[in-house]
Amino acid sequence: MAEVLVYVDHVDGAVRKPTLELLTLARRIGEPVAVALGAGAEATAAVLAEHGAVKVLTADAPEFSDYLVVPKVDALQAAYDAVSPAAVLLPSSAENKEIGARLAVRIGSGIITDATDLEAGDEGPVATQAAFAASFSTKSRVSKGTPVITVKPNSAPVEAAPAAGTVEALAVTFGALATGTKVTSRTPRESTGRPELTEAAIVVSGGRGVNGAENFHIIEALADSLGAAVGASRAAVDAGWYPHSNQVGQTGKSVSPQLYIASGISGAIQHRAGMQTSKTIVAINKDAEAPIFDLVDYGVVGDLFAVVPQLTDEIKARKG
Amino acid sequence: MSLRIVVCVKYVPDATGDRQFTEDLTVNRDDVDGLLSELDEYAVEQALQIADEADDAEITVLTVGPEDAKDALRKALSMGADKAIHVEDDDLHGSDVMATSLVLAKAIEKAGYDLVITGMASTDGTMGVLPAILAERLGVPQVTLLSEVKVEDGVVTGRRDGDTASEQLQASLPALVSVTDQSGEARYPSFKGIMAAKKKPVESWDLEELEIESDEVGLEGSWTAVDSATQRPARTAGTIVKDEGEGGKSLAEFLAGQKFI
Ligand SMILES: Cc1cc2nc3c(=O)[nH]c(=O)nc-3n(C[C@H](O)[C@H](O)[C@H](O)COP(=O)(O)OP(=O)(O)OC[C@H]3O[C@@H](n4cnc5c(N)ncnc54)[C@H](O)[C@@H]3O)c2cc1C
Ligand SMILES: Cc1cc2nc3c(=O)[nH]c(=O)nc-3n(C[C@H](O)[C@H](O)[C@H](O)COP(=O)(O)OP(=O)(O)OC[C@H]3O[C@@H](n4cnc5c(N)ncnc54)[C@H](O)[C@@H]3O)c2cc1C
Repeated sequence: MAEVLVYVDHVDGAVRKPTLELLTLARRIGEPVAVALGAGAEATAAVLAEHGAVKVLTADAPEFSDYLVVPKVDALQAAYDAVSPAAVLLPSSAENKEIGARLAVRIGSGIITDATDLEAGDEGPVATQAAFAASFSTKSRVSKGTPVITVKPNSAPVEAAPAAGTVEALAVTFGALATGTKVTSRTPRESTGRPELTEAAIVVSGGRGVNGAENFHIIEALADSLGAAVGASRAAVDAGWYPHSNQVGQTGKSVSPQLYIASGISGAIQHRAGMQTSKTIVAINKDAEAPIFDLVDYGVVGDLFAVVPQLTDEIKARKG
Repeated sequence: MSLRIVVCVKYVPDATGDRQFTEDLTVNRDDVDGLLSELDEYAVEQALQIADEADDAEITVLTVGPEDAKDALRKALSMGADKAIHVEDDDLHGSDVMATSLVLAKAIEKAGYDLVITGMASTDGTMGVLPAILAERLGVPQVTLLSEVKVEDGVVTGRRDGDTASEQLQASLPALVSVTDQSGEARYPSFKGIMAAKKKPVESWDLEELEIESDEVGLEGSWTAVDSATQRPARTAGTIVKDEGEGGKSLAEFLAGQKFI
């Protein structure tokens, strides 16, 4: 069976969920060969094997963290040359899209970004994408070269499928461009202990209606009662009430959870672009005419300062 | 020595309009107004600020797009860019990101540059990969997704806020920079700016001038193919209740019914 390269997203050896989802999709089109780079790369092998990786190619070098993007492209290209895969898959993130795109130019291949599903087809893998703020669904193919496709989180279930997962060291030679952009300092994001926004099964978001940073604890309390991630609209972020890393929408994160709860958010097209593919959508807004209500499975027209705390209490009571 | 800045700007259908695909599965540009992609205004703004700080700088705005795309160039010129290049050719219709980036790279090389600035993503295709591809094609450092940018003594520095960390980046010119909408509000064109823009030069280049064959671009020359595009059915109207004191409880009941609690 044809091999499929799967680029691994991990933090010091802890594989992030979108990579495991990607292994499910990769198995539909071939045998997954994982590529894990950087510190802790070898530690990823066990979980990757458990989810279907027949082989895990690993490499570590200071270049991966000292310089931007290009060293990782050099490594992925080395893996590509070693394997001659039928496709190259990466979990969608800003950086991974850049890595995939540069690899695609180098190997003379087309690229599809932010796929939400993947199937084997007669002329290679067929990708589903959401277009125009998710008002359209398209099916596309890469028609030249080896398909390079990035896939959005929450696009497939995580399934166990034990395979060999043999670890092999990948030999990487860095090109002249690899050291072009130096990372002179790095400040890790502080963990809130809540799930990662793009991966979370439930997202609870607040907008301008939350009316102040000091009120965001109402949104956080609801999120915590559900084990959810916290999101925010750009209006809330621009006002300085919540960090930009939590922004949902076109210029923020794109989320696709099982449940999305929007409070005090009107539902502008740019916000919808980032959450419209959520399975179940719920909104609380005091304006019955707010466009967000066109999307909801359940909506409450009312003051969030009354509705949200009541909802949180009720959830806590039901969970005992 | 003059700092030559090329800013790539895209002409896109207004996101608040009813965007559709045409029969050949390309973007329908007839029924929705086009405009300069709002995220590219941030690129123009940063170019203007970098030029202000430099002893001597010249800003060229560049677009690849149909006849109407001149509107996007005019807007950028009225914000304060010095001149514009419009790459226009019937054979470009339906180009994917590889074909588009090929044209942009050739045009940038022909124009001459020390610094290329782009937006973070277009508001129609929204791929966010064109900047990285351009850097690869041009063979210059990519300094992308910056929320802060500065150019001094031939060195560009900036801040990139990533998923897990915020990074400080540094590269030597020539380089390619892309900026996010966190980089600072874009200015509005002044009346004086709008009047001045009418006199600024707009060059038109076609594929022949860039020594690109017609089969390297357009639907035929693209490396990806769209097989179908279907409008998602509008979500069926959900239940909407008015809060009369029990709104939170009724919502909890709904969530429990859906097994979220
Ligand atoms: C290029 C571009 C990119 C953008 N990217 C993004 C993006 O990534 N994400 C994003 O969100 N936006 C984005 N925007 C901005 C977007 O257009 C909207 O301005 C923004 O989403 C509005 O945020 P909001 O819904 O919180 O605020 P508003 O539109 O002001 O809505 C606030 C809502 O709260 C309700 N409300 C007020 N008080 C209460 C209360 N006490 N109880 C209940 N409801 C209440 C109001 O009825 C109203 O509906 C972008 C815009 C542009 C031009
Ligand atoms: C809904 C939709 C889905 C698409 N999916 C794919 C796909 O999966 N694969 C694919 O190869 N193509 C795809 N395309 C085509 C692709 O969008 C165009 O080729 C486009 O020019 C490059 O991608 P982008 O606009 O998403 O650029 P991005 O990478 O999002 O753009 C980033 C920046 O590049 C600059 N830029 C982009 N286009 C131009 C231009 N024409 N002139 C000047 N500067 C520009 C701007 O500064 C912009 O801010 C799609 C188009 C649409 C409308």
